[in-house]
Amino acid sequence: MASLPQQDRPPRVFVDPLIETNPITLRVLGLCSALAVTSSLVPALIMSAAVIAVLSFANVAVSLLRHVMPPSIRLIIEVTLIATAVIVVDEVLKAFAPDVSSVLSVFVGLIITNCIVLARVESFAMHNGVWASLLDALGNGLGYSWILVLIGAIRELLGFGSLLGYKVLPLASTGGWFEPNRLMLLTPSAFFILAVLVWWIRERRPAQRKDAQGR
Amino acid sequence: MDLVNIVFRAIFVENLALNFLLGMCTYIAVSQRVTTAIGLAIAITLVQTITVPLNYLLYEYLLGPGALDWLGLGGFDLTFLRFVTFIGIIAAFVQILELALERYAPRLQHALGIYLPLLTVNCAILGASLFMVQRNYGFVESAAYGFGSGAGWGLAIILFATIRERIRESEVPAGLRGLGIAFVVTGLLALGFAGLRGIEF
Repeated sequence: MASLPQQDRPPRVFVDPLIETNPITLRVLGLCSALAVTSSLVPALIMSAAVIAVLSFANVAVSLLRHVMPPSIRLIIEVTLIATAVIVVDEVLKAFAPDVSSVLSVFVGLIITNCIVLARVESFAMHNGVWASLLDALGNGLGYSWILVLIGAIRELLGFGSLLGYKVLPLASTGGWFEPNRLMLLTPSAFFILAVLVWWIRERRPAQRKDAQGR
Repeated sequence: MDLVNIVFRAIFVENLALNFLLGMCTYIAVSQRVTTAIGLAIAITLVQTITVPLNYLLYEYLLGPGALDWLGLGGFDLTFLRFVTFIGIIAAFVQILELALERYAPRLQHALGIYLPLLTVNCAILGASLFMVQRNYGFVESAAYGFGSGAGWGLAIILFATIRERIRESEVPAGLRGLGIAFVVTGLLALGFAGLRGIEF
């Protein structure tokens, strides 16, 4: 990576979080929701959209307010801003997608304590302009999303033989050949898939390995 | 017997860390050593046992549908304010707990160190309060649930930390070292806990 500071290179701000500094596989942030809502593809997609929306709002708002916030109470202000955005997202989901809202249950509310949001707000939006903060929010949101969507797709495909609710693999119970793997519907499978994903990324990007970064 | 069931379910069957995957960030980050894991387990049990029933009272008498009846304002429904209120209560309580420990149990406070304030942003704690609302627990039930879910989360992190201390001595493939193997171990632990599903008293 070049030695230029991040704010001089907007494209990197957007592209880096996708793999190089991915919030989930490298920084270990926002795991709670990442694993819990991925038993099938639809909740994973909706959750991704919700996180991107909250993250963009919080990053932009904090970036706008960064010069007027008293440092001593900035955490409270940040958390309140995030919580406000989450309330709006929750109400919108309840109004327009009540089914998905009940599947996601408490996990929409838990975006408040999703460490990705607070981490980006604290480490990026506090020190950068609005435009760069928006890009950073979108980049990190997408970096989070593609992992969620991938895990959701794998679990739904192997657990139900379907994608987005449409049958893809012919089930053995209806005369096909595919026997759904019930383990995929339980939470442990999310850990295993994520472990393999992390392994694969780190084999290809040795700089992300534990020895390389000392943790 | 209902209370025993609630505690048992919260600890083993519906373990916050291993079944609902809450508080994972702290779980992965603070499990390098068994001693700190035990300290964190005690702290989280304490915080949960108190914040969940506290949030229950708030929800029942201020926020829920018809909760303001005692003020003659039965028509109001402030449910949408629960996120902000709960997180505020949790943050305030963690702060109070820190001050109280500093005054009366400085050794415990010192042992917990930075992990005490970090509990505010632990989603297991907010999660337990939200589950409490969703499941319509009463006051005593929510206290039992708070205790059980805190203890369950604590049990999970202690188990994980003991395994992790052993892993440090073993040869793990380079790419899997650290985060990768941590996920595999957690997955196996979660499988074990999933095996307890269906047990009731």
